[in-house]
Amino acid sequence: MIAFVIRRLLQGVLVMLVVGFIAFSLFNFVGDPVSLMLPPEATQADRQAMRENLGLDRPFYVQFATFIGNAVQGNFGISLRLGRPVSALLVERMPATLELAFVAASLALLVGIPLGVYTGLNRNAWLSRFFLAASLIGVSLPTFLIGIFLILIFAVWLGWLPSFGRGDTMMVGGWSTGFLSTSGLRALILPSITLGLFQLTLIMRLVRSEMLEVLRTDYIKFARARGLTNRAVNFGHALKNTLVPVITITGLQLGAIIAFAIITETVFQWPGMGLLFIQAVQFADIPVMAAYLCLIGFIFVVINLVVDMLYYFVDPRLRIDGTAAGGH
Amino acid sequence: MHASTVVRAATVAVALAFGTAADAKTLRWSSQGDILTMDPHAQNEGLNNTVSDHIYEPLVTRGKDLKIEACLATQWKAISPTTMQFKLRPNVKFHDGSPFTADDVVFSVERALAPTSNFSPYMQGITGAKKVDDMTVEISTKGPNPVLLPQLTEVRMMSRAWANKHNVQRPQDFKNKEETFAARNANGTGPFVLKSREADVKTVLVLNSNWWGKLEGNVNEIVYQPIKQDGTRLAALLSGEVDFVLDPPPQDIPRLKKDAKIKVVEGNENRTIFLGLDQWRDELLYSTVKGKNPFKDKRVREAFQLAIDLNALKTQVMRGLSNPTAVMFAPQVAGYDKALDTVVKPDRARAKKLMAEAGYPKGFEITLDCPNNRYINDEKLCQAIAAMLAQIDVKVRLNAMPRATYFPKIQKFDTSLYMLGWGVPTFDSLYALQSLLHTVGQGGDGNFNLGKYSNAKVDATIDALKTETDLKKRAALTREALSIHKADVGHIPLHHQVIPWAMRSGVSVVHRADNRLSVKWVKIN
Repeated sequence: MIAFVIRRLLQGVLVMLVVGFIAFSLFNFVGDPVSLMLPPEATQADRQAMRENLGLDRPFYVQFATFIGNAVQGNFGISLRLGRPVSALLVERMPATLELAFVAASLALLVGIPLGVYTGLNRNAWLSRFFLAASLIGVSLPTFLIGIFLILIFAVWLGWLPSFGRGDTMMVGGWSTGFLSTSGLRALILPSITLGLFQLTLIMRLVRSEMLEVLRTDYIKFARARGLTNRAVNFGHALKNTLVPVITITGLQLGAIIAFAIITETVFQWPGMGLLFIQAVQFADIPVMAAYLCLIGFIFVVINLVVDMLYYFVDPRLRIDGTAAGGH
Repeated sequence: MHASTVVRAATVAVALAFGTAADAKTLRWSSQGDILTMDPHAQNEGLNNTVSDHIYEPLVTRGKDLKIEACLATQWKAISPTTMQFKLRPNVKFHDGSPFTADDVVFSVERALAPTSNFSPYMQGITGAKKVDDMTVEISTKGPNPVLLPQLTEVRMMSRAWANKHNVQRPQDFKNKEETFAARNANGTGPFVLKSREADVKTVLVLNSNWWGKLEGNVNEIVYQPIKQDGTRLAALLSGEVDFVLDPPPQDIPRLKKDAKIKVVEGNENRTIFLGLDQWRDELLYSTVKGKNPFKDKRVREAFQLAIDLNALKTQVMRGLSNPTAVMFAPQVAGYDKALDTVVKPDRARAKKLMAEAGYPKGFEITLDCPNNRYINDEKLCQAIAAMLAQIDVKVRLNAMPRATYFPKIQKFDTSLYMLGWGVPTFDSLYALQSLLHTVGQGGDGNFNLGKYSNAKVDATIDALKTETDLKKRAALTREALSIHKADVGHIPLHHQVIPWAMRSGVSVVHRADNRLSVKWVKIN
């Protein structure tokens, strides 16, 4: 078990290094922040001095090594755009992104699973066909288009919900939350639907196909033969057995929700980490971009690690593999 | 004891604010990007200066018609060719209650002169400030400086005591890797006080009830919220969540104009878009012509100019939001002469003839460098120009890129043909002529003359302009430089940008050519 975790951790570190390296190589193409930081009238000498101040004149591998050294200590430097420590900026923006991701994921689960069960049980009902057809929209329309449509309908035409921002937030022990005010909750609705729609349809389709498969198995037939109620069979036996893949997918999708919140956050001017990243790209704010990419890489690594460890507990075969690896 | 005094003072201030303006309103406005910093000397950027202007004030400022007016200084006179004396406005207080005096002016000028200041263009030629008495200062310059007052409109005054207390005597230096207090806090003398600021989310200013001036509008609170996405920003305006949008996307202007709830105000921006051509290399970098540089031949430059139909660019690409031009700066700039600004009529036949005479009857290939997120419709303009040049058999490869990569590239002179826009914050022709037309040299000469256009006569005229203080003579010198440059086809001017502002129909504003919203003139019904 410990060997397994250590191996996974080492792989994680390797992944992080690769992410950091790729992120850093990309920065050679995003442009020169110095030209945005100095007035156009600055001389070449001014520019060179600024470049030296920022350490941009040093060779790539030196910059990279310095970055990794500092990053390990949690120091990602100072944002060139906002002039504030990057770590402080990320901590400040994290609640917005996490709250949005949490609501979007909950929405996907709480709506996706029942819909999946319904469409699985009533394959031929017209409502099922409708849900399936509608879910194609969630799968095929790009996120920003869904966001723009929702804004057009609910903010511009109907005027029911805000088109941008987080509403009023409150500080609860260093965490800014939008859960405690009406405007904060209202502001969550459209972005979380936009962000969660793809996952919702994915979960719905997954549960449906799993249900169809499970319902054909022998133990379901026996359960029915025993005279159990439909409810007990469908939910107690069938649904329970469909949930294993759903949990796995949800775990992995949570990382995707956090990472791909960039688009939703940009459309709704949601002040999370994704918006911070997009603005950093336009300003060639290298420290922010580097820190963000590493953080996202880190989130994926952690989620994968947790999922792997869950497998380890759930699936006894993995444990046997671990001790008898030489047998293959 | 002290705290209760503050509370009482605050209550009185609030009562005054509400008492004097019964119909006081909140102005909620938006544009694409956020304010970068509250430090008035750290970022010379349009939006940042717009917001700074509400909190911090300069000695002299610009009025509705952009003329220089008194602000924190009430009178000024030149006491020698290199010294200007300013009498300060009495009884002006900073937001923290401390009085504004000559010490603060001396301090602020020194601060703006610091190496980490981003305001060096406005400090050119200024050597320092000296206190004469509490209400009098002298500002000295290296030589006679005819544009001292326009420069000073961008030098905002901070409190020396406040800066000392919070250790912000210098503008933010990125070397120190830490945040300065002045980046998120402010203490000026202006009509509005910074109430709260959350970067990229919301900045709130409230009326300064102790302001020395008279408010012409009825706004007592300003809420600025950046909205990056064009569609979302317009949606917020249409749904009434914001009252004013500084930068509505041009393609949506016709539709906005049809909406009864929305008003669009258009005006000339003080910015001119033009093409520059490499006229110094012996062989162009990005072209099929080998061994020579076609742009050294005036006939080729002229042919390019004749091939580009500026009116078509205006109607097809800019949707009417541009004023085609033949000169290098906008009509608001001192030294502008209508007589010179006669747009060149496109003439494809003559362009082709000139190309043939120059030895390129079959044209050639060239790369046009172009920004894609800096000016209004910049990439689309370049695409249209490429199509127009194709008609005289010049095959253009378009190289469009974001500003963060574009500017470093062209500033290294790494270009054969490029598009650039130039604004003139001093509203004086020297700023444009020196940067764009002067031979590349020291002290700002030709620092954006990226095709290295060079004409000794033009240089001599610009050098004379640097120290000439007589307005008539300045106009004559400007005219001379521009006419020679025009005859040379040193650049190909395209148009002055027109900037639309969009707002709810109940909002009235004063549109200024520097694209700055001044809330003290805003009225909301």
